[in-house]
Amino acid sequence: MKITALTLCLLAFGSMTIQAAELNTPAPSCRVQTLTGQSGVDPAAFPGKVVYLDFWASWCIPCAKSFPVLDQWHSDLGGRGFEVIAINLDEERQEALNFLQRHPVRFTIGADPAGKCPRLYAVKGMPTSYLIDRQGRIREVHEGFKTSDAAGLRARIESLLSEP
Amino acid sequence: MNTRRLSRSLMLLTSLLAGCATQVAPWERGQLARPEMALEPYPPEASFRQHVFFSKESVSGGYGVGGGGCGCN
Repeated sequence: MKITALTLCLLAFGSMTIQAAELNTPAPSCRVQTLTGQSGVDPAAFPGKVVYLDFWASWCIPCAKSFPVLDQWHSDLGGRGFEVIAINLDEERQEALNFLQRHPVRFTIGADPAGKCPRLYAVKGMPTSYLIDRQGRIREVHEGFKTSDAAGLRARIESLLSEP
Repeated sequence: MNTRRLSRSLMLLTSLLAGCATQVAPWERGQLARPEMALEPYPPEASFRQHVFFSKESVSGGYGVGGGGCGCN
């Protein structure tokens, strides 16, 4: 009897699932250090802005594809209240820095080696990005990245930017 | 006495198996993504070997089946 209970307990702990960050709900607040460690960043703390929150890692090949595109958006739409926050999930900080040497970008890079934020946002694949509107609600979850996704995503961002 | 031993070993087994129930999160695959973790360390060589193997296997095929050992598969 006791053993059964113990077994159930252990199994329950092992396969604990977390409440997903759902569409049209406020983006969960999750403060992390920037990769340089000079300051902090919280993707949910940009009121009045459209935020593209991206979870990435150096070993993720589609992430490398996405970075030039994100950088282009950052420079094109930054003036209209658009922010790219890319949270790195590498366990080794140096690997993230090497990646950024190969793919230099100008947007904000956060670092979350412990994986606190992806757990909160229930990331299922790499990369996963979240479009957060000016009201702070998650409006789109995008898993993976193909170059052919770029045009559709950009249109979505532009339409969110035109909202009040 | 025997039941106690059985229950103890079962408990030990359960605690060992608990590790199997934990999942590798999608963002924790950095080590798995390393080239030395690949199932096939030399993909070009592997595909070449497989090609040769397949061609040679085809030589001993039955009648009227595609593949004549010319290496064109």
